[in-house]
Amino acid sequence: MPVITIGATPVHVDGEGFLTDYDEWDEDLARQLAAAIGIELTDAHWKAIRFLRADYVVQGETATLRRVSTQAGIPIKELFTLFPGKPAKKMAYVAGLPKPHGCV
Amino acid sequence: MKRLLVLGGGTAGTMVVNKLRRRLDRSQWEITVVDRDDAAVYQPGLLFIPFGGYHREQLVKPRRRYVPAGVDLVLGEIERVDAVTNTVLLADGTRIGYDYLVIATGTSTRPDQTPGMLGRLWRTSIFDFYTMNGAVALAEALERFDGGRMVVHIVDMPIKCPVAPLEFTFLVEAYLRRRGLRDRTEIVYATPLPGAFTKPIAAARLGSMLDERKITVETDFLVERIDNQRKALVSYDDREITFDLLVTVPLNMGEEFVARSGLGDELNYVPVDRHTLLSRKHDNIFAIGDANDIPTSKAGSVAHFSVEVFTDNFCEYAAGRPMTGSFDGHANCFVESGDGKGLLIDFNYDTEPLPGHYPLPGIGPFGLLTESRRNHWGKLAFRPTYWHLLLPGRPIPLPTHMSMAGKHRPEPKEE
Repeated sequence: MPVITIGATPVHVDGEGFLTDYDEWDEDLARQLAAAIGIELTDAHWKAIRFLRADYVVQGETATLRRVSTQAGIPIKELFTLFPGKPAKKMAYVAGLPKPHGCV
Repeated sequence: MKRLLVLGGGTAGTMVVNKLRRRLDRSQWEITVVDRDDAAVYQPGLLFIPFGGYHREQLVKPRRRYVPAGVDLVLGEIERVDAVTNTVLLADGTRIGYDYLVIATGTSTRPDQTPGMLGRLWRTSIFDFYTMNGAVALAEALERFDGGRMVVHIVDMPIKCPVAPLEFTFLVEAYLRRRGLRDRTEIVYATPLPGAFTKPIAAARLGSMLDERKITVETDFLVERIDNQRKALVSYDDREITFDLLVTVPLNMGEEFVARSGLGDELNYVPVDRHTLLSRKHDNIFAIGDANDIPTSKAGSVAHFSVEVFTDNFCEYAAGRPMTGSFDGHANCFVESGDGKGLLIDFNYDTEPLPGHYPLPGIGPFGLLTESRRNHWGKLAFRPTYWHLLLPGRPIPLPTHMSMAGKHRPEPKEE
């Protein structure tokens, strides 16, 4: 796995830049990852990101949009506003989690 | 007397009661299976109904014919599972106790979950082919169809038989050509995925087959609602796809009793260990087939391969020994591609569908990820196999675990 430096922090990432080590993430890093894709994090963003982080520990995989919407109570429409274009992928990227695998 | 209770007499549930009745001592074990009706449907056949390929009677048989002697079949609607008292309550008030519970109630389409889907266009301009009534209604609509914009659409993943919408697209394209309507019809394939399929090598192959057939693919399209006035799918990011005829795969969900019982995730699937199918919450509940949350296809082939592992495991587990079998997520699916041809894909949790031959390296007889007539005949030949070998739980000479023999990984192309 390649190591890149974000700000002053070296982190392990996969081929598409998703963090591969859960514990290398912190909130400062999240702000920089978000900035890299043109997002400034607000409380609404943090609510989604904190849910994703906590859910990953229990489930062992990155939550889908539908899961975030039903379990964290954030409507899917709002997730598209917060993380425009590809919200599932962008949320995972900022939260330092693996890209949600397209279910099979 | 120990009691094994199986909820759902579909592909997985029927296989399990047949296999376990032969394995579990009759003087020590009662086996009961519950289903809401007595109609077993050969679901892969539904795909051919819109094109006049099968009739209803060829695909539906009484469940009780496949339930062996020594197993009680109870018909009734399941109200809920009480995992504290180990009891299942039916809607008519019947209570059935269990020592071990196997949830095999599958997944079904839920058009009610997308605003506007069940509006005035439902089954006049909007159709599904995952239900018998939907497939029959679509056959009539296709007969009347005389050109325009046809949209094949998936609401969200996961869905039962994830290749079926692609197969439908290939089949309808060939059908329109045969009827001389292809020039007058625009076909759009709208998917929530970033490509034609979930896994890269198969997605590239299937995607280029859509291109060759001049089918437009609209990717990352997550539908929010259907506008009946404008006859359009509207996505969460405000894209619109208008249609004259919409063939949709509604959201797939597990049964509502799973949610009422507190046993499900956000789509009513039961979270289980992906290698043993044992519930992550209760040590006497398993969930098999489409009803669980394992990250592989929801498909009869998965039900089959996983039940082989499950029945051996269950015998060990019920005898107080550790389970030694481990399911690898093995799935294989014939993919109809139109004009009497088809492809075959074979994969598991760790290995995506690859080109090659199956089941014998270099010989086949089936070709992986390549179109052939033989694959098409293989798909058709599976129907009698299903009724005569699979459901009764008789041995089928295919390896349970996926094998790399006969597969090869294509060289990555230079960018």
